[in-house]
Amino acid sequence: MSEYTRFLEGSDRDFARAQTPAERLHLDVVLLLPMLAIMTTGLFVLFSASDGDWDTVNRQIRNFVVGFAVLLLLAQVRIDTLQRWAPTLYLGALLLLLLVPFFGVGAKGAQRWLSLGFIRFQPSEIMKIAMPLMVAAWVVRHALPPRPSTTVTALLIIVLPAAAIATQPDLGTAILVGASGAFVVFMAGVSWWQIFSGALAALVCIWPAWLFLLRDYQKQRILTLVDPEADRLGAGWNIIQSKTAIGSGGWSGKGYLQGTQSHLDFLPESQTDFIIAVLAEEWGLRGVLLLLLLYGLVVARGLWISFTAQTSYGRLLASAITLTFGVYVVVNMGMVAGILPVVGVPLPFVSFGGTSIVTLLLSFGILSAISTEKRVLSR
Amino acid sequence: MARTLDALRDTRREWMINRSRLIASMLAITIVLGVLVYRYYSLQIVQHDDFMTQSDRNRIRVEVIPPTRGQIVDRKGRLLAANKPTFVIGIVRERSEDPAALVDTLTERLSLTDRELKAFQERSERRRPFETVPIKLGLDDAALATVAVDLHQLPGVVVDAQLTRDYPFGEALSHVLGYVGRVSAEDLLELDAERYRGTLHTGKVGLEKRYEPLLHGKPGYQHVETNAHGRVLRVLEKEAPVPGKNLRLYLDLDLQREAVAALGDQRGAVVALDPLTGGVLAMVSNPSYDANLFVEGISYSDYAELRGSLDTPLLNRAVQGQYPPGSTVKPLISLGALARGFITPDTEVPDPGWYRLPGDDRRYRDWTLRIRGTGHAERVDLRMAIAESCDTYYYDLAHRMGIDVMAEVLRPFGLGHRTGIDTTGEQDGILPNTDWKRTALGEPWYPGETISAGIGQGYMLATPLQLAQATTVLANKGESFVPSVVHRVDDLTVGGVQRPRIPMDEAAWQAVVEGMVDVVHSPRGTAAGIARGVGYQIAGKTGTSQVVSIAQDAIYDEEAISERNRNHGLFVAFAPVENPRIVVAVIAENGGGSGAASPVARRIMDAWLSEASDV
Repeated sequence: MSEYTRFLEGSDRDFARAQTPAERLHLDVVLLLPMLAIMTTGLFVLFSASDGDWDTVNRQIRNFVVGFAVLLLLAQVRIDTLQRWAPTLYLGALLLLLLVPFFGVGAKGAQRWLSLGFIRFQPSEIMKIAMPLMVAAWVVRHALPPRPSTTVTALLIIVLPAAAIATQPDLGTAILVGASGAFVVFMAGVSWWQIFSGALAALVCIWPAWLFLLRDYQKQRILTLVDPEADRLGAGWNIIQSKTAIGSGGWSGKGYLQGTQSHLDFLPESQTDFIIAVLAEEWGLRGVLLLLLLYGLVVARGLWISFTAQTSYGRLLASAITLTFGVYVVVNMGMVAGILPVVGVPLPFVSFGGTSIVTLLLSFGILSAISTEKRVLSR
Repeated sequence: MARTLDALRDTRREWMINRSRLIASMLAITIVLGVLVYRYYSLQIVQHDDFMTQSDRNRIRVEVIPPTRGQIVDRKGRLLAANKPTFVIGIVRERSEDPAALVDTLTERLSLTDRELKAFQERSERRRPFETVPIKLGLDDAALATVAVDLHQLPGVVVDAQLTRDYPFGEALSHVLGYVGRVSAEDLLELDAERYRGTLHTGKVGLEKRYEPLLHGKPGYQHVETNAHGRVLRVLEKEAPVPGKNLRLYLDLDLQREAVAALGDQRGAVVALDPLTGGVLAMVSNPSYDANLFVEGISYSDYAELRGSLDTPLLNRAVQGQYPPGSTVKPLISLGALARGFITPDTEVPDPGWYRLPGDDRRYRDWTLRIRGTGHAERVDLRMAIAESCDTYYYDLAHRMGIDVMAEVLRPFGLGHRTGIDTTGEQDGILPNTDWKRTALGEPWYPGETISAGIGQGYMLATPLQLAQATTVLANKGESFVPSVVHRVDDLTVGGVQRPRIPMDEAAWQAVVEGMVDVVHSPRGTAAGIARGVGYQIAGKTGTSQVVSIAQDAIYDEEAISERNRNHGLFVAFAPVENPRIVVAVIAENGGGSGAASPVARRIMDAWLSEASDV
């Protein structure tokens, strides 16, 4: 109760103050500063991971620039507009997802892309945004906490695209998409017993999923987690090498550009999914903790934005986006360190790759919009 | 729609719900973050040492640098066994997009045999990722240039240079040098595996085998940093290998080739020794084989041919061939008899052309009987007995000495036991006596067998080397050396090890040598045919040894029996008589008689003694 009051007092203060340029652009500086710090760190690590290839670094900078443009754009959009358009966006993304098996193109045995001739994109990336927008829009149609019927429909909204993505197969994205929807339901206040019974049901579903849904290579990855030594040169190679890279870094690391695991090609995917191992090897545990601190700041700010959002929709959306971001970090760092299966989740703002950066910055644009809208409303 | 419902909701309650869930989320995030931090702490701090070791083991590889094998040169420093650079073509499967197609391409371009492909498959099964697996070995410069010049441009193909053994004179020296072959699993049972890491060849036969520990050397090591593909990026630490020691032989290449030419197509063996050192000047066994065939592994058909040949080219007749010495033992028996007082140089024996044991009807024929129908002379003394190889004289002497005394006096000359020459496979020969026959055959000794032994027939067997060795004793009047092919190992002299001296009166030596000089230089000598135009004095002794025993009194007809049943011809000699510089023993298998052997010896002695140098 007291927090609620304080929040109201705070908004009074905002009202009294003149707008800063950042506020005029609907940007949340406290959110963006640690994010920029992560990006800068990321560029340094990428420079090392690519063996000093400026081209890679420049392309990553271009990804950041494009992502910022999208962020800036999204930050200006009103939240209720997003809420209104959520079903359309969701259904569109779902439709595209369902088209992938028929018209999709892909590589390495996975069909994830749709091609419009001039541009190729992954419908699953659109779904990353559409999912929390849609589930939040669905549950706030009625007063919170949602009734059981609403919850069940919300779960359907979540499972359908998640399953479609998982069968592409892209387990990492499926987990992220599913998680972003699930966080909305959780934040909406579904009772604990419902959560537990749901979790139980999910556990029961693992058996058929293992039998029918997971591909051999995905099963292999999970089995590898249990015993990476079983297949040293095959599936276990990645994990053994990344653990070796991390472990050999020690407290202070081997020094920037001095990592033997990464520079002698022992570490696979060192510019993308396994880039944290490069940082851990060269900068040591110090570097890892610093990066975790920055991520922590971003997540804390995200939760604060959720905490102070004006509407339930904004709150649900902000927390889902923030928590999903946290899942990115945890799943990536967990899998590289060998405590989670290798599912192909990039390390946000550090791993090389345009798509995930643009999608992430898009969602940060929404966070920024939520963060600044409360002030607009309070005026 | 959402807007209308908004009006009805309790915003404060929803905010409270969200707040409690946010707190739960933060709790969860803290826990998960804690797990992550703990994991990284555990990897980077707790297990740091293990992973550091693992990381070093990843990148640092200990490479063995095999030592360069010692070379073998003749007495004048000419290379007889050299290390020749050859090329190995190998495949790194990981670097090829289609390894199967690559193997097919190489099979066609290099005309690989099934055997090579099979060996490649076997090696492939034991390989590690990114390891080069050899597919074609032993290509020389020329072959590489013609068939493989652009192969290294194919992804996945690696062309490596390595040293292999080369015997530039092939067949002429194979029996002396022996050969090296690929290190096999059996070899590794007796070799120190650690010292042979990275070494491809080891001595299998001959000098290469006998001097293996010295020729091999000691491997060096280097710690190299490699990337994940096994490519060496830099050398961190290096310990140079110690190359094998070089062997310098007593053998003279020119003399060896002269001996090969002198034998020609004649099956047999030649041993030429330096009487002053016991050094082997030449050692030929004919037919021979090309040692180079064995270096990279001989093909099955080639080997079967060598093994199956009636001419036994793989047998080193000089040290492994055991022949009845025939009359070449007569000078040795004479010396023993002189020493023990059975004869004096003037002792005369009547020679009707045959000998009969007292109380026995059997007649032991002298070789002159079938040619002249009579003996050598009415009475034969020692000098004539040696010069004309009088059998009757030695039948009588053998009977008087008895087999056991005869064996006793022959043993110091080196018969019946291997000489200890520094090569492989040497045989003992047989110096029979009553004990030997009882042990070996389980039978008693018969007096008639003593008579045969008196002219070097019967059970008695000797290798050409043993005959040369015994002749050295004659040349040096009692002194001799353990025969040795190798003179020096690097700077260390290994040859010239003295054997026990045979003490005897000067007169005895003189008497026997006189007879041996007459063998060549007297018109009635058995090797008088080689005396023509000789510029120095030769002391020699002919010998003929029967391959099959001829029935008593049967007339021996050379034409009537097949070539392989013809007698072996033998000849031993040293020259010049006053200052011996070369000792030669020749055996001409199925040569019919000593006439097939003595010219060979003459030619070799001519070649050696005409040399301007006095090495």
